[in-house]
Amino acid sequence: MKIAIASGKGGTGKTTVAVNLALALENVQLFDCDVEEPNCHLFLDIDLEKVEDVNIPTPVIDKSKCDLCGKCSEFCRFNAIAVLPKEVMVFPALCHGCGGCTLVCPNGAISEEDRSIGIIDKNKGNDGFEFYRGLLDIGEPMASPVIAALKKHIDVDRTAIIDSPPGTACPVITSVGDVDYCVLVTESTPFGFHDLLLAIDVVKTLEIPFGVIINRYDIGDNSVEEYCISQQIPILMKIPHDMKIARLYSEGIPFVVRMPEWKDRFVQLFDTIRHEYEEARS
Amino acid sequence: MKQLTVISGKGGTGKTTIAAAFASLAKDAVIADCDVDAADMHLILQPEILETIDFTGLDVASIDESLCVQCGKCKDACRFDAIRDDITINIYECEGCGVCEYVCPEGAVSMVERKAGDAYLSKTRFGPMAHARLGIGEEASGKLVSFVRNNARTLAEKHDKDMIIIDGPPGTGCSVIASITGVDMVMVVTEPSVSGIHDLERVLGVAGHFNIPAVVCINKYDINEENVLLIEKYCSENGVEVVGKLPYDDTPTKAMLREMTVVEYSDGEFSRRVKEIWENVRRHLHETSGHTLLTMAK
Ligand code: SF4
Ligand code: SF4
Ligand code: SF4
Ligand code: SF4
Repeated sequence: MKIAIASGKGGTGKTTVAVNLALALENVQLFDCDVEEPNCHLFLDIDLEKVEDVNIPTPVIDKSKCDLCGKCSEFCRFNAIAVLPKEVMVFPALCHGCGGCTLVCPNGAISEEDRSIGIIDKNKGNDGFEFYRGLLDIGEPMASPVIAALKKHIDVDRTAIIDSPPGTACPVITSVGDVDYCVLVTESTPFGFHDLLLAIDVVKTLEIPFGVIINRYDIGDNSVEEYCISQQIPILMKIPHDMKIARLYSEGIPFVVRMPEWKDRFVQLFDTIRHEYEEARS
Repeated sequence: MKQLTVISGKGGTGKTTIAAAFASLAKDAVIADCDVDAADMHLILQPEILETIDFTGLDVASIDESLCVQCGKCKDACRFDAIRDDITINIYECEGCGVCEYVCPEGAVSMVERKAGDAYLSKTRFGPMAHARLGIGEEASGKLVSFVRNNARTLAEKHDKDMIIIDGPPGTGCSVIASITGVDMVMVVTEPSVSGIHDLERVLGVAGHFNIPAVVCINKYDINEENVLLIEKYCSENGVEVVGKLPYDDTPTKAMLREMTVVEYSDGEFSRRVKEIWENVRRHLHETSGHTLLTMAK
């Protein structure tokens, strides 16, 4: 079963929930899909080793074959290739690697070379707990290919917990697109509520069953809870505002480790999710 | 004209709260909410929308079933797995590259425009504002950020304002890059947690990569003072000034519930410190030369 942890707004506790849930379960894989700012590993006592580079095939021009006809740049919809009076220039950071320019070049002057935009790494020596992380290189704009490469490591026979990036744009869709269930983490503040509504729009559009976790539920107001009840959206868990939790978070310690009573609650959370998912399926 | 972008790397550090407070403190600024996939600034600034502009992102492939002979050439050529086995387009995966249109022997594929969001020109109690709403799952968030920034610039010229305050998105990818290219300075709002520090280092790396001067503001400093020392050390080693520290306080939440900026809501310690930070930032902004202005993304 693939469970994504997402939120419209960043900083609501998405990573906290993903890590604590993964640590409370057995035979689990955890994926950090927030490849622009991956944080899960900071809460895990692990060593990372590189698994692979994430590459984008980028055009390379053979000057001796190119007659500067301009077809490649005319085709490219991302302005990644320009034909100047004397040469063809490629702007690698803009190239999506679609392969179009190679196809259209009438002189076979374009070949492709892999260009790394990020990496995938994982924890060393796992005993039942497998962690994969994607990391987008600094200055690279495109997160989605890294996320797509990361998700290829999902083992369908195990439970996969996916920490999604914040927001509602393409990297989020790539992360949550094909999951079985989505947990939306929010706060009971006007910002949290507003962004939760956006996130709900996303999961509804993708037709993914979902429930809500309200973090720091005792600050702000009750609008999130009232809304969920009125819309019959399951509230899967409520986490209080607690200086002890905040402090542990700041030190990079998952609170299930220090506050064992929470471990049972996360196991319960998983059971609830499974139940909700089965209901939604039938 | 001066442009300042407030970013955070990690979400939830209080970036929008502080950017909104800056908007109320700046006398002559246009406000641009460039956190286009989860825009929140309007909840505090309550803009009156004067003009809505359709934003069209990248084109998307569309297949004419009556012409398609199911040969599968398009599906084989698409590198983004955006064409399903039954030769229909998954619009969320389609990057709009146009390869399928090119390879289709039957001329069954065409590239069509799609609306990817709305951009707004508005007025607020603190001055003009440019903002937007990105459609769900859209690819073009960087492009929309540039669009909002251009709108802000137009507003600034029209209303004779000499500053643009930009609330940037989280992360380090396309929308962040689009929100900081060509600005005079970025302010990174961080918090003293291990994740806050990690994300701060990455986002300062992005600013450095594009040669943009940066300063740092530490929010919720009293959550972990040892980590504050680590941040200060890191910043001083990298020549980045820490312009101020804010305590963990319920003022932002209370102000938010009243749809007010923190400085409107209270004169307390939190607001006093925000004002100090603003003075620092303003001084820095006037010290930076406008050398990067020309590179502003189209
Ligand atoms: S299409 Fe080929 S021959 Fe024409 S300009 Fe591009 S690389 Fe050169
Ligand atoms: S591979 Fe595609 S995106 Fe890259 S330069 Fe060629 S046409 Fe443009
Ligand atoms: S336009 Fe490009 S990404 Fe979209 S379906 Fe066609 S080949 Fe695939
Ligand atoms: S290439 Fe054209 S004809 Fe062939 S399956 Fe695709 S759309 Fe249909």
